[in-house]
Amino acid sequence: MSIRRKSLLTGAGVAVLSLVATMVTTIAPAHAAANCDPYSSYKGIKGKTVTVFTSILEPELTTLKTAWKDFETCTGVKIKIEGSNQFEALLPVRVKGGNAPDIAIIPQPGLLAKMVATKKVIPASAGVIANVNKYWSKSWKDLGTVNGKFYAAPFGSNMKSLVWYSPKQFKKNGYTVPTTWADMTALADKMAGNGQIAFCGGLGSGGATGWPGTDWVEQMVLREYGSKVYADWVSHKVKFSDPKIQAAMAKVAAWMQNPKWVGDVKGIATTTFQDAGKGIPTGKCNMLQQASFYGNILAADGATIAADGDVFAFYLPGTNPAVTVPVVGGGEFMTGFRNAPEVAAVLTYFSSATFATSRVQLDHWVSANSGVPLSAYKDPIDRLSAQYLSNPKSTFAFDASDLMPAAVGAGKEWTEFTAWFGEGKSIADVTKAIDAAWPAS
Amino acid sequence: MAIFFAVLSVIFFLAGKANGKRQKGIASVIFLGPALVLLLAGLVIPGIQTILFSFENADSNKFVGVQNYSWMLHDPDIHRVLINTLLWILVTPLLTTGIGLLLAIFLDRMKRESIPKSLIFMPMAISFVGASIIWKFVYNYSTSGGPQTGLLSAIVKIFGGQPSNWMLSKPLNTFLLMIIFIWVQTGFAMVILSAAIKAVPADIVEASSLDGAYGWRLFRFITFPMVRSTFIVVLATMVVGSLKLFDIVRTMTGGNFGTNVLANEMYAQVFVQFDQGRGSALAVALFICVSPILIYNIRHLRRERTH
Repeated sequence: MSIRRKSLLTGAGVAVLSLVATMVTTIAPAHAAANCDPYSSYKGIKGKTVTVFTSILEPELTTLKTAWKDFETCTGVKIKIEGSNQFEALLPVRVKGGNAPDIAIIPQPGLLAKMVATKKVIPASAGVIANVNKYWSKSWKDLGTVNGKFYAAPFGSNMKSLVWYSPKQFKKNGYTVPTTWADMTALADKMAGNGQIAFCGGLGSGGATGWPGTDWVEQMVLREYGSKVYADWVSHKVKFSDPKIQAAMAKVAAWMQNPKWVGDVKGIATTTFQDAGKGIPTGKCNMLQQASFYGNILAADGATIAADGDVFAFYLPGTNPAVTVPVVGGGEFMTGFRNAPEVAAVLTYFSSATFATSRVQLDHWVSANSGVPLSAYKDPIDRLSAQYLSNPKSTFAFDASDLMPAAVGAGKEWTEFTAWFGEGKSIADVTKAIDAAWPAS
Repeated sequence: MAIFFAVLSVIFFLAGKANGKRQKGIASVIFLGPALVLLLAGLVIPGIQTILFSFENADSNKFVGVQNYSWMLHDPDIHRVLINTLLWILVTPLLTTGIGLLLAIFLDRMKRESIPKSLIFMPMAISFVGASIIWKFVYNYSTSGGPQTGLLSAIVKIFGGQPSNWMLSKPLNTFLLMIIFIWVQTGFAMVILSAAIKAVPADIVEASSLDGAYGWRLFRFITFPMVRSTFIVVLATMVVGSLKLFDIVRTMTGGNFGTNVLANEMYAQVFVQFDQGRGSALAVALFICVSPILIYNIRHLRRERTH
């Protein structure tokens, strides 16, 4: 599930991390005289204003404004950005009421499709299409495509396919970071042989208990079968009880419900996701599959996050060579609602490597834009995420539980996966119950 | 403020003008009016709306008949929810009120009874969420093989038992959650019942002890009959409280591991899964369950008044 919805539901834990994220935000050094060379192609938009509506809030808004300051100075266009925590409710109202912003930064593909259905969204301009073809992998472009027409280029993104571990503990025990699934299971066996717990896990998250389990299953479905089956699974063309999904879940069970590797399987259901990784720095347990934001939780306990520090992350390896660089994550998409040269220019600029590079240089942010040099990233986890997100071969999939109807993605899937771990409910029964909860449309 | 007074003066002026036969009617309309309007806006209209919603789909824009109710009756998870809620109403009110009554009787004759009473009453000042967090430490179970720091595990160990992941042990976990409710509410029951016991006239107690009623007989034939109505009111309050119970379950297990109750499921349906229809159907079920107790309570009060 997205960090946005999760913070609403889990409260404290994630509130703490957003606070930490706020604290690590640094103020960009004052710009010297702007270098206008990269912006020479944006002409004839001087004095125009473009409004942007987004779910991004302060202090990130200020950082964004800093990132496009040179663009504004050089082209003479003015970008007015407005953030709201009610974005997903307000945008449809504004669009229906004829008060649409020039550009909306939409945090999930479902809402994008809804907006396109209003026929108010302007298809992407030639400039945007050129940028997307050049800088993004096909699966990203597909996410901005509705009914065969491309509308929206990606904006920011985040990555869930990470495994957190402790470089210090690995060094002490002579473990090496695995790069294939077989390596990872061999390493886990080695850890078990040394009497250590290989994988940490925790499903507990108050009223949202169970969501980490949905992430694990998503990772496995994408890894085993690729984008097509994944998309069909999200739209329920492939049911949970489908042999494919059941097989993927069996593979998750062989991984996260393997008592040899995780110790107390049922305990995973009662451990909170925040507590799950607490044992990593001390080697109590060694690896935890969690999204990129998890570093903030570990850092809040005083762990240093670095490739040679207390904790770091590696990419969760793929399982099926036919699916190249599978990545589960999230992202935002930019849509234009006004057909004007200045709006097209701003959208083209937002989808360019110039913008993304100037943004990642400021602080914590990830772009799947492959034109951004990895060296530009300030945060090592961001750099790691970008390395996989922007890989032209990457098979990217959006967090499925966020795309499924709430009765499943925020309901039965959570409770059933919790019962799967905590009560030993069988995969057949779990999938049957989830399918039964899928709303008839 | 000024407008408020202006409106009021106009109303009272008109009320003063009215006379003759209609006077009484107009006066009652004026005095009952505001209360009626508030009742309508705050209770009757939302109530009717909830009932209407319960016959509609998730977004409340299509009539679906009794589909939400048939879901409620056929979903095995909801069966568990209903059984748990039933357990809560059967077990907790009796235990809470019973223990409260026992404490009230035993502490009644004690010197400095205010000290133990204050201590027992104190949890009442803690919210259910706060109490649940305290009890989370009591029921804590360490999964990573470390030392067991939970109080319950420690007690079980003293008696030679094995600590286990308490929140996962069905159906014990529901009863462990009930203990939290009892811990919080017993003080309240005790204080109310203690006041009722103190109100039993001393001459009756004296007369009955002259007739040879002591201990159990005194309680059975004198004290209890005289505090019976208070006992029932407290019991009814506890029944309604456990029917509505939400906070403890949400904080301790989030409704997982077979501990879910009606109010928690209702909340999850409406505010997490955005299914207004199902949520409303559960709310109506809750309302139907509470009604008989309320009706009994009101009738009981009425009978008391006529005595």
